[in-house]
This record gives sequence, structure tokens and C-alpha cells, in this order.
Amino acid sequence: MSQNTRRAVLRALPLAMVSALALSAPLAAQEDPVTIGYAVSKSGPNATGAGITTIPNYELWVKEVNEAGGLEMPDGSRRPIEVVEYDDRSSAEDLVRAIERLATQDKVDLILPPWGTGGNLAIAPLMDRFGYPQLAVTSVTDMAPEFAKRWDRSFWMLGGGHDYATALVETLAAAKEAGTINDKVAMISVADGFGIDLVKAARPAFEEAGFELVYDESYPLGTSDFAAILNEVQGSGADSFVAFSYPPGSFGVTKQAMTAGFNPKVFYIGVGGAFPVYGKITEGKQEGVMSIGGVDAMSPAIEEYFAKHTSVIGNPPDSWASAITYASLEMLEEAVKRVGLDHEALAGELSTGSFDTVIGEVKLEDNQLRKLWWVGQWQGEHFVAVSPADREGAAAPVIPKPEW
Amino acid sequence: MRYLLAVLALAALATLPMVFGDYGTGMLVGLAGYVTLATSWAMFSGPTRYISLATVAFFGVGAYTVAVLNEVLPYPLVLLAAAGIGATMALLVGLSTLRLAGIYFVIFSFGLAELVRQLITWFEVNVTGTLGRYIFLDLEAKHIFWQLLALGAATLALSAWIRRSRLGLALRVIGDDETVAAHSGINLARTKLVLFVASATIITLVGAIQAPRWVYVEPSIVFNPTVSFLTVIMALLGGATRLWGPLCGAVPLFLLFEWLSARFPDHFSILLGLMFMAVVYALPDGVLAALEKFRSKGNGNSATKPAKEANA
Repeated sequence: MSQNTRRAVLRALPLAMVSALALSAPLAAQEDPVTIGYAVSKSGPNATGAGITTIPNYELWVKEVNEAGGLEMPDGSRRPIEVVEYDDRSSAEDLVRAIERLATQDKVDLILPPWGTGGNLAIAPLMDRFGYPQLAVTSVTDMAPEFAKRWDRSFWMLGGGHDYATALVETLAAAKEAGTINDKVAMISVADGFGIDLVKAARPAFEEAGFELVYDESYPLGTSDFAAILNEVQGSGADSFVAFSYPPGSFGVTKQAMTAGFNPKVFYIGVGGAFPVYGKITEGKQEGVMSIGGVDAMSPAIEEYFAKHTSVIGNPPDSWASAITYASLEMLEEAVKRVGLDHEALAGELSTGSFDTVIGEVKLEDNQLRKLWWVGQWQGEHFVAVSPADREGAAAPVIPKPEW
Repeated sequence: MRYLLAVLALAALATLPMVFGDYGTGMLVGLAGYVTLATSWAMFSGPTRYISLATVAFFGVGAYTVAVLNEVLPYPLVLLAAAGIGATMALLVGLSTLRLAGIYFVIFSFGLAELVRQLITWFEVNVTGTLGRYIFLDLEAKHIFWQLLALGAATLALSAWIRRSRLGLALRVIGDDETVAAHSGINLARTKLVLFVASATIITLVGAIQAPRWVYVEPSIVFNPTVSFLTVIMALLGGATRLWGPLCGAVPLFLLFEWLSARFPDHFSILLGLMFMAVVYALPDGVLAALEKFRSKGNGNSATKPAKEANA
């Protein structure tokens, strides 16, 4: 390159940059954007959960809102969303700092919650101090009622371990009454906050319902070989196998059951069962497997949500917390439309208003979402909700489960 | 005069939370935490050259102690208890492992964090039946910063004192050649043990002091191995054999990571790995040593170099 042409390029470059800026400027200046910040785990152990349930829904929602012209304000004007995102590296300390940064440095208009029970609890006191409403979706905790009282702008939307465990026991008790399964249950649980919460609630509930726990063991998080456990379970004579497991353990125990030809009448696993990838794990033989969550597969809103999630993100959402995460964003959008961005008014509206979302009409009770699906089952292409059985949209459980 | 300066500097640092806002104070907490971690890590690992990846084992124990005891004991006693538990654990671990050489110690120290995590999990699952504990202490970021600042200053003072004492000399001899050290009458095991316990106790306290920021604590949160890795890389970057080395590594790296998490939220792991390689290959003795080498080369005066090294 000769001296001259290089100079020409150097001179042209700023010009090009300026003109590019000038072209994009009218677009940005049109409306003052609404800044929405979040810190999620993009690396470290929490990245998997955040990557399945939280981040895709945030991205999907922001894209949709901006394509529609932005967030609608009470006066009918629309303001585009500008996202400020941080990676918390799965560290509570980094997460807390990121929230301080979002609130006091970036001064964002709204903050979306991180993934996980621990993360949501870590930021709750700060969100409260800075006055931001917190839609804590992906936190399963039996202490939700107390937390909602302690931090009155926090909203807890995924129930507690107790809810999931007792609903499962009810579902199995109904099958036992009907004579489809015997009264023996084999139960394993992951030695982790989640597994313990569920197993602690399940033990007395099973006993009360007249079940006998013929096998009840916990295994460490990270266990990948379930051969020995399933061997013992197979010899226990139980019709129902319950694993309060966590991925990848949920997948490992499934694989092992398929390899060993273990075919209990009820096969229940914990987190991971409602993931879209579960069909691949079982090579398409997931029919009849029960797990946490579920969706009303007959609902057109859910169907549409699954379709757009698949086309925008590239894969379908999970059938437990994804739709609820998306619904929480719809609630936020609607609440902003009704009362604007003032945090106090927003929190009040979220707490008392009722909202039309993908999971149907949502009205929080004491800042908690209680209308949830507790037990689901793979039936055909969908992971459908089976409990609570009396709620509209529930499918009848298929027991016994067909063989692998 | 030097003491006066130190006190003044400390006082100035303590007023920083008033100058910066909430986010600034949060940064100060992180900075003070990592400076203290890296300095106390280097207190043992620098002179002995035992690379310990057990930082998070002690850090996590400290945090967990606070989570268990915060409702039954007054806060100062909780901190004392954490220090006691950390010291006892370090004593047991040190007695059984400090005879291991080089690479075996690295592997063991890495396994220790996992071992402690599994032990706590086992205990919680089988004995108490709860996993995941809450810390509702009324401590703001600035209170946590002040505690960490005090601990950090104490750590630096202790490090400086050890360097001048017979203990520091003994450690340097051990680091250079264990056989020579043993022949010159140094009690290898005891010297290493004392330093290991001191360093681990400080690390335990850092975890204990920081824990109230997280409200909810469970083993997978407090035994995050990244803490161990970051501590090592910070100390090595600055230079683990120098008093101010770890601080000079911790401050820029912490700020860099903070900047990266905002600028490149999707690439943290890759950048961390690259950084590791850069430090090990390009700056094996740390930034301070590299700067000194650069300066002495510039002066064309290599005669002062050995004297400086002996000083370091």
C-alpha cells in the first residue's frame, strides 16, 4: 500500500464512521430507550440452567418488544428496550456487585432476576434497598411466603419443594386407590438443596398416604453411575420409582434404567425431565416418564409460545420454568403499560393486578404465583401437566408407563 | 514515620466508601477480598513454592461457619469461631500433607475443597436435614469493606514481619532447597505448618466476612473453585515472593475481570485461560520482578541485581 492510499483510507475511515453514526442516530433519538439490566451466569456451574430457562426467554422477549416498536407506556408511546447485561460467573459476590452496578452506576430502569434460588436470594436485599421490583421466577423455596413479607417488592413464582413432593404423592395415591400400582415406592434423591427439600416433604407424605418406602437413599451431586442403585431398586418390588434428581443425574438414571431394562409402572425424575433434550436422551422413548412441571399442551397460547421460541432461539423451551419466565416478562410489560416505570407503582400493580399471559390468567397471591403445574408427564410430543388433576388443562396420567 | 504513613493511608482508604457510591463500595469489597486472599496465599506458597489450590476450601468453611452460627452467636464470636475452625482444619491438613512434595501437594490441595464440600453436604443431608442456609445479618457493603480492609492490613503487616524474622529466612531456605534447609537445622515440618495455618486462618476469615453479602449459602455457592484459581493467578501475576506482589497482581486483574464481565460477558472462561497461559509463560516471576529486570537492563547495571533479589 502506498503512502498516499493509506492516508486516504485513514482519512476516509473517520468519515465513514461519522456517517454510519449519523445514519443510525435518528433511529435512536426517536425515543428515549428504556434500559433493562440483568446479571446472569454465562459461565460456571449455573450457566446450564440459565442458558436453558432464563437467557433465551429474556432475549426472545426483548426482541419481540423491540420489533413491536418498544415497551408501551401509559400514554400510548413506545420506547425501545436497551439491554445492559453482565456475566456473574456463577459467583454470588460477582452477582451482588453487578446488581449494585446496574442500580447505581448504569441506573437502569428495570432489573430482571438471575437464574436460581441462591442468586435470587443474594440480590433480594439489594433490590429491596434500591426499590426495584424483583420477579424471582427460578427460585424454588418453601420460605417464599416469608421472603415476600421481608422484601415487599419481591415476587416468588415457582412454589416450594413441598408443593412438588406432595402433589406427586397425591398423583401416586390416586393410582394406588385405583389399583394400578402397589404400595411400595423406591426413592432416591440428590444430596443438594433441591433434592433435600423435596425428599424431606415426600417422606411423611408418602407414609401418610399409606405407601411403604422400600428404598430411600441419597446420592452425591455429580454421581454418574447409577447401576448399583438401580440394581437394588429393581429387586425391591416397588412399582413406583421416584428420583428427586438434578441434571445431568436425571439423564444418567434414565439411561441406566433403559440399559438395565428397568420398567417400573411409575418412573419419575426431578429437574431435567421437562427439558426438550430429554427426548434425545431416551432416543424418543420418553413416553410416560413423569417429572416436575408441565404445560397445558392444548392451550393455543402455549403452542404459539413454543413455536416462536423454537424459531427465534433455535430449540423449544423447557416445559417447566420457561413458560413461567416468559409469563413474568409479559406481566412486567403489561404492568409498565398500565402504570409506567415508577418502581412503587409497578410493584403495586404486579402484586394486585391480574395479567393475561402464555400460562393463562395470572394473579399473584401474597406476591406468589400459586397456580402452577406440579407434576407433568411425557405424552406423545408434549410434556403435559397432570397435577393438580382438578385444574383446567390437566391431562390424565398414564400409569403404568409403557416399557422403554 | 513509616507507621504514621501506613496509618494515614489506611484511614484514607477507609473513607473511600463515602466517596464512591454503592457500586464503588461493592468493588472495594471485591478488591479488598482478593488482595487479602492473594497476600495470605503468597505468605505460605510464595517462599515455600507449594502451589495451593485449597483457597476455596478455607474460604468456604469460613462462609459456612457464619451461615451456621449467625443466629446463635453474636457476630464477633462468629468470626472468632470461624478463625478457630479454619486454624484447626489447617493444622490437621498441614500435619498430614505438608510432607508431600510439589505436584502431589497441588493435587491434594485441589481435592481438599471438594472433600470439605462433600463432607459438609453429607453432614447436612444425614444429620441436620437442611441444605442451604440463610444469613440475615444487618451488614452493609461498607461494613464488610472496613472489616476486609482491617484484615488485609493485618495480613500485610504479618507478612512484612515474617519476612524480617528468622521464620521468613527459614522459609526462604526451604523454598530454595529442602535438603540444605534440613541440614542447617531448620525444622521443616514445623516451619511450614506455622505458615500454612496462619495463611489458611486469614483465608477462612475472608470467607466469613464476605458471606453476609450473599444472604443464602449452600456448598455449591461457597466452594466455587474459581476463587482458588483467581487467587493463584493474582499472586503469581504480581509475584508471590514479594510483599507487595500479590496486591500488585490482584488489583489490576480484579479490575480487568470486572471490565471483561461487562464488555465480553460471553467469553470469560476463554479469557481466563489465556490469562493463565500469559502469566505462566511471559511473567513467570511476576510483574514486579519483570519490571525490575527491565529497569536494571535499562541502566546497564547488573551488579545490583543479586543484592535486590536477596532483599526481595
